[in-house]
Amino acid sequence: MDNQSREPVIVFDGFSYQYRVQTSPSLADIHLKIYEGEKVLILGPSGSGKSTLAHCINGLAPYFYPGTATGSLTIRGTETKELDLFRLSDRVGTVLQDPDGQFVGLTVAEDIAFRMENDAVPLPEMKERVRAAAEEAGILEHLEASPHSLSGGQKQRITVAGVISSGVGILLFDEPLANLDPDAGRKAIEQIDRIHRETGKTILIIEHRLEEALHRQVDRIIVIQEGRIVADLKPDELLTSPLLVEAGIREPLYLTALRYAGGEVEARHRPSRLDTMELGPFAERLKAWTEGRQSNDRLEIGATHERSHEPPLLELAGIGFGYEPGKPILRDVSLSIRKGERVGIVGKNGAGKSTLSKLICGFHKPTSGSIRYEGRDIGGDTIKERAQRVGFVLQNPNHMISKTLVHEEIALGLKARGIGEEETARRAQEALRVCGLAPYRNWPISALSFGQRKRVTIASVLVLQPEVLILDEPTAGQDYRHYNEMMEFIMRLREEGLTVLFITHDLHLLLEYTDRAIVLSDGGVLADAFPDDVLTDPELVREASLKETSLMGLARRAGLSDPRGFVRTFIAEDRAKRGRSR
Amino acid sequence: MSLFSARNANPLSIRNTVAIGIGSALFAILGRFGSVPSGLPDTNIETTYALLALFAILYGPLVGLLVGFIGHTLKDSIFYVSPWFSWIIASAIVGLIIGLAANRIRARDGEFGRKEIITFNVVQTAANAIAWFVVAPTLDILIYAEPSGKSYTQGLVAGASNIVTVAVLGTLLLTAYAKTRTKQGSLTKEA
Amino acid sequence: MKMLAYAKLDSPIHRLTGAAKLLFFALWSMGAMITFDTRFLVGFIVFGLVLLKVSRVRLREYSFLLYLIGAFFLLNHVAIYLFSPLEGVKIYGTKHVLLQLPGRYDLTAEQLFYQLNIALKYLAVIPIAFLFILTTDPGEFAASLNRVKVSYKIAYAVSIALRYIPDIQRDFQNISFSAQARGVDISAKEKLGKRLRNVIGILMPLILSSIERIETISAAMELRGFGRGKRRTWYKDRPFGPGDYGALAFIAVVLAALVWLTIARGSRFYNVFESPLF
Repeated sequence: MDNQSREPVIVFDGFSYQYRVQTSPSLADIHLKIYEGEKVLILGPSGSGKSTLAHCINGLAPYFYPGTATGSLTIRGTETKELDLFRLSDRVGTVLQDPDGQFVGLTVAEDIAFRMENDAVPLPEMKERVRAAAEEAGILEHLEASPHSLSGGQKQRITVAGVISSGVGILLFDEPLANLDPDAGRKAIEQIDRIHRETGKTILIIEHRLEEALHRQVDRIIVIQEGRIVADLKPDELLTSPLLVEAGIREPLYLTALRYAGGEVEARHRPSRLDTMELGPFAERLKAWTEGRQSNDRLEIGATHERSHEPPLLELAGIGFGYEPGKPILRDVSLSIRKGERVGIVGKNGAGKSTLSKLICGFHKPTSGSIRYEGRDIGGDTIKERAQRVGFVLQNPNHMISKTLVHEEIALGLKARGIGEEETARRAQEALRVCGLAPYRNWPISALSFGQRKRVTIASVLVLQPEVLILDEPTAGQDYRHYNEMMEFIMRLREEGLTVLFITHDLHLLLEYTDRAIVLSDGGVLADAFPDDVLTDPELVREASLKETSLMGLARRAGLSDPRGFVRTFIAEDRAKRGRSR
Repeated sequence: MSLFSARNANPLSIRNTVAIGIGSALFAILGRFGSVPSGLPDTNIETTYALLALFAILYGPLVGLLVGFIGHTLKDSIFYVSPWFSWIIASAIVGLIIGLAANRIRARDGEFGRKEIITFNVVQTAANAIAWFVVAPTLDILIYAEPSGKSYTQGLVAGASNIVTVAVLGTLLLTAYAKTRTKQGSLTKEA
Repeated sequence: MKMLAYAKLDSPIHRLTGAAKLLFFALWSMGAMITFDTRFLVGFIVFGLVLLKVSRVRLREYSFLLYLIGAFFLLNHVAIYLFSPLEGVKIYGTKHVLLQLPGRYDLTAEQLFYQLNIALKYLAVIPIAFLFILTTDPGEFAASLNRVKVSYKIAYAVSIALRYIPDIQRDFQNISFSAQARGVDISAKEKLGKRLRNVIGILMPLILSSIERIETISAAMELRGFGRGKRRTWYKDRPFGPGDYGALAFIAVVLAALVWLTIARGSRFYNVFESPLF
């Protein structure tokens, strides 16, 4: 599109911002113009300054997060310094990443109405507009529903409906995918795209997940790194430039596959959208690559199943449970985990994944069925006794951390068990080493990043020397670099002989790091299979709220006869490349 | 980043409004599920008053007052049906009085040393004494015409137990909280 | 543990506006607090039960509460008797001993009647409290607080509390579970000093994550224009209808009668012992 003929609505001119509590600026010398009706993706790893950019546009900086701005930032011709947060909110509507924090209404209708209530819109008009907005978002029948009965994706869609109904011209999405499962994320991107096409509003999406964000076309991508703009390119150009890797952004999986197969993708192939990409030059190469490697690969992937002769470590038989009588969450779950396995537990929100792990840890008692550990029924064991064998790490590390210093937190469980000083010190030191936290042992936890805190919580569970580790969404909310670090770290744990259960929606994690995936649905086990079998089965993908991997799409478009074989080839190659197919 | 660096002059700022809501929710939940046996018969450690003290210090007297009032009303209503007004008002007074010390105790800036601990405990003792030794029993007698001996004894037990609870748990909580707010100087990685 | 929660139904009580019910409940409670007149208290209870019937709310699922209330009740009455067995005699000025007991613990008709009135006083509020909580839409409740001149910010704070209680309760449960798994014990099994330190271990994460939550919610609310005007409107607000005025007029008359009677008699107590029966 021709930007010359359009009006710029947001203009950064030599703009810098420094939070009052930080010693260096979070944004430095930004020059950027966003034009009326554009759809722009602002990309960057965590800590790059992309959120600060968003805060400067919507006014949270400096009005909510104080600091100093220099240079100029205008929105529709007015300096933001001359507007207060409220008047800025008349121009820019923001959707934040936490679906629960921003859903303040007691019901759907009240949440959509929130903005209008604050603008003192008269009741009859408000009711009409709420209805219209709900109809638009396809949630008319849920108007009286409470937030607790809604999924994260539904909550976010409702927030978006509320923001739109306020009639702002610029919409800002601050990491809209961060807290959604892949299926809800896909729908969110589709909703944003529909809004863009139907209303022509200017749209800014702040994200670090490139492939998911590119599920629908964007006009431009701006890459931010260390507080500066390092790229301002069309998607096709960015995807073929080395900038992506340098900025710590994960490229789309289908491009990785093409690279593995030896293809050299250029901007003229239009790689930003798989469904319109020119694949002609690569089809033969992909075919040859798949066929050439397949025989060995089956063996390599199958290797982990060599263990199947080992006796099961953890067995669940006919487990049933519900928090309220008459509303079972689990009806009949049977599964068995062998020593050293890495198993992914997947399923929709509310399918009972977390509940299942709580039953294993003894937080709740199952209403039927039995749990065995090394053949022994552990139904009578206390929470504390089970924790010696099975460690459970919550999704939110802040829910587990209660001490100020790293080493105190890690020693907590040992102290509580009355273990002697010397033994405590020895075990804590070992856990610190394994988790790569030794250099930080005397640091206050408040100075650590989210990923480091997560490791502290893992270490604090590991000191109890469990044989099984259950991790609830270990990679949630982390960018590519931290995702890699976290998973490499967890894989090292496996070398220490640990059995690992992942509760996850992350299809990269499933594909790259698990031996087996168990799909929970309707209170039972719907499938128990190789991860690649789950991810290539459209029905299972839908049941688990996952997303079909783009590798399948690539195989289809390239006309490969055996898409599953292709995905397997990819996994084997990927594990080999990462040196992790042991 | 510090989210608190702007000290709010406005006692009913949006942040304080939300603090009243979330604080009240916490008060109700801890009031219902956060009782810990003290070892003495029929006396529990009411952790919720340590929470009230912390919120009053962090957000000031108005938030303290309203967290005590709304939180206690909600606790009584949604968990026990019927609000017991004399004690609700006493909770509100505890929050209010402790909140008056908010300007002297800057736990948010990581300051909670000996001086602050003494100030905090003097104020919280006064607050609990006024609320439980005087206000709650007097209202009990006025409203419910309960025997004065019983009311004052009850108030004495509740007040003493809350003073001890806040002295121990409140002080520990504020100390721990202040530590998380300490400005990190130069942190170095160790080998 | 189930908590009392609004359930959508259609009845004359449900149709009353939240503001009317709030005022009605406040005036009713005030009446029950002022009077010790047995006739009024019995009237309050009977009328309250009738209203409960009319409202068709389902109380069965809250039956556990009756045990809780009953236990509290019993304890309170034992305490009153232990501390002040002759309080009734002091109030009513006569002494009819029913049972000779050692010391000052003679069982008197006056004491029984006094404690009966205390019991009635407590019972008089319960049906209406149930009714108020179970038939008032929480969203409308916040709107009605604002309608009765409570600042809209405080009214919204109440709404936020109701909105986030389930979320915080879930956090609290997760936190204490994972603490227990690490051996953090807050039951009487642990020594007191350690138990207290363990309590901190559970409170800290709960409070720190709640403070973080306050930051997120207030940022989100500010971005959506909360607090910009001197007034706001409420989606759930409803205008007063004839039923609302009727209900308020009724309770106002009852309260006025009660106050008048109390002043005329010069006492809050109805003295059955002055009647020819004794």
